Amino acid sequence: MREIVIISGKGGTGKTSVTAAFAHLAENKVICDLDVDAPDLHLLLDPQVVREGAFHSGNEAVIDRERCIGCGTCMEMCRFGAVDADGEKFRIDPLRCEGCKVCVAFCPEEAIDFPSRHCGTRYVSDTRFGPMVHAQLFPGQENSGRLVSELKKEARVLAERMGRDLILCDGAPGIGCPVISSLSQADLAVVVTEPTPSGVHDLERVAELCDHFRIKVAVIINKHDLNAGHTEGIEAMCRRKGYVLAGRLPHDTVVTEAMVRRQAVTEMDGENFGRRVNEAWTVIQGLLNAH
Amino acid sequence: MIVAVASGKGGTGKTTVTASLAVTWPGPVMAVDLDVDEPNLHLFLKPDISGIETVTIEVPEVDEEKCTYCRACAELCQFKAIAVMGKAIMTFPEMCHGCGGCMAICPAGAIGVTTRELGVVERGLARDLIPCVTGRLRIGEAMSPPLMRHVRSHMRAEAGDADILIDAPPGVSCPAMSAVADSDVIVLVTEPTPFGYYDFTLAVEAFTPLGKPMAVVVNRAGLGDERVYGFCAERGLPVVAEIPYRRDIAEHYSKGLVLAELDGELSARFGALSRTLKEMAKEGGHA
Repeated sequence: MREIVIISGKGGTGKTSVTAAFAHLAENKVICDLDVDAPDLHLLLDPQVVREGAFHSGNEAVIDRERCIGCGTCMEMCRFGAVDADGEKFRIDPLRCEGCKVCVAFCPEEAIDFPSRHCGTRYVSDTRFGPMVHAQLFPGQENSGRLVSELKKEARVLAERMGRDLILCDGAPGIGCPVISSLSQADLAVVVTEPTPSGVHDLERVAELCDHFRIKVAVIINKHDLNAGHTEGIEAMCRRKGYVLAGRLPHDTVVTEAMVRRQAVTEMDGENFGRRVNEAWTVIQGLLNAH
Repeated sequence: MIVAVASGKGGTGKTTVTASLAVTWPGPVMAVDLDVDEPNLHLFLKPDISGIETVTIEVPEVDEEKCTYCRACAELCQFKAIAVMGKAIMTFPEMCHGCGGCMAICPAGAIGVTTRELGVVERGLARDLIPCVTGRLRIGEAMSPPLMRHVRSHMRAEAGDADILIDAPPGVSCPAMSAVADSDVIVLVTEPTPFGYYDFTLAVEAFTPLGKPMAVVVNRAGLGDERVYGFCAERGLPVVAEIPYRRDIAEHYSKGLVLAELDGELSARFGALSRTLKEMAKEGGHA
């Protein structure tokens, strides 16, 4: 079993468009969208849901006004500023509650309930490119690594059951909890970047995160013709750090045109942009086989 | 007043808009980068850094001499950061959320405090005029909210009479919500593409319950489709500015330059946007 995670550090570099194209090109795989906060891959893959389930993550504290005597112990002990005064009594702001249970444990009246937190919905679907595991958090929920881990586990079970040997994951932007979870057990991180100050800066940070967890890094420079200097800088960084430069893609509106038509860019264009993506995929396959 | 610049989808131009507002803002302004995973605002405003503060959270340190292995700490901890197995106790500081529960509940007083570094806060001045504050998460650190909380809790006092512009993290989950929570007006930056549209609808769903005035900036206008505009009309969200899809704009950005300074027309457009937002924030603040 091989697992590839496509990440970017910076958002909007073309991660999902590249993932959709790889989903088109790769054989015998399970597709997995790990950007559970703002998932977009389904917009191109048009998944038909086979199975769905509720996603629960941890618990949240809820003060029962009837039982609350207004002693303020909860407010004093909460390190997250999640307790607000509510007249003579108190209430918890669910947005700030970390679900640590400290207020529940120390409330002298046992007036604080601790129900599980229903954060979103997870799906297993069929797409024209094969099975897909994905999810959608309810807006404003904690983007926990826990959901990412559960999706990865589900994808792995599905791949084993169906005899598929590759898991292809679209990751989240950033370098925090969801990204760290998405990297666990991955054989290769493909970082899609762009030759801009933000692209370079964010590539450095996310690639260093991969180094920290000893995950092999391949880099794709999207819109490489936008700034030759930064493209050269990224290539030099790859040589210095031992990252594999898997491909350079031109700045091309065909990516958006494919998106509007709900297609992977390689389905629409086999010539310029599509051919470059195809070449990048060949490099990545070579890396996986050599692994 | 506080203006938060947010988006559902990453890469729609939050930082471009924040930097352009900062240089055209009518009156004193402070720029705060709360995208602590991948802060980028400093790459455009280029402040001279005057101070770097390390931010930590308190995590447990067990004195095994005193520990009775009663398990009270391990049973309370919701994050699997402390475990007792027979006559052994282990802590996993990287899992700890810093709630302090184990320290408070230990009947033997065996749990003391050590710290874990979350990241740093950089402070500086751009153009001898604009104070800039950047939160920067330590690489390998999973938790951005406590670092963001630290920046937010100090920014009002540090800003004094200046208005505050916040560059928020992408997405619509907890970090993005907490970045806009203190604001008087939320600027949503989107692009007229299917991804931009979908993530924009998520952002509107997430932020509407906060009851704050919202304004929309459409970046890369002319690219993609028109659905973003239809959705704005339906929800009564004002489109306060458009940034055209042009290659010279993308190239200007790739050089680390501020978009409002590309030409006179864009400069005037962002000047007008700054005034509009300041008015909206003033009204929002009184609402």
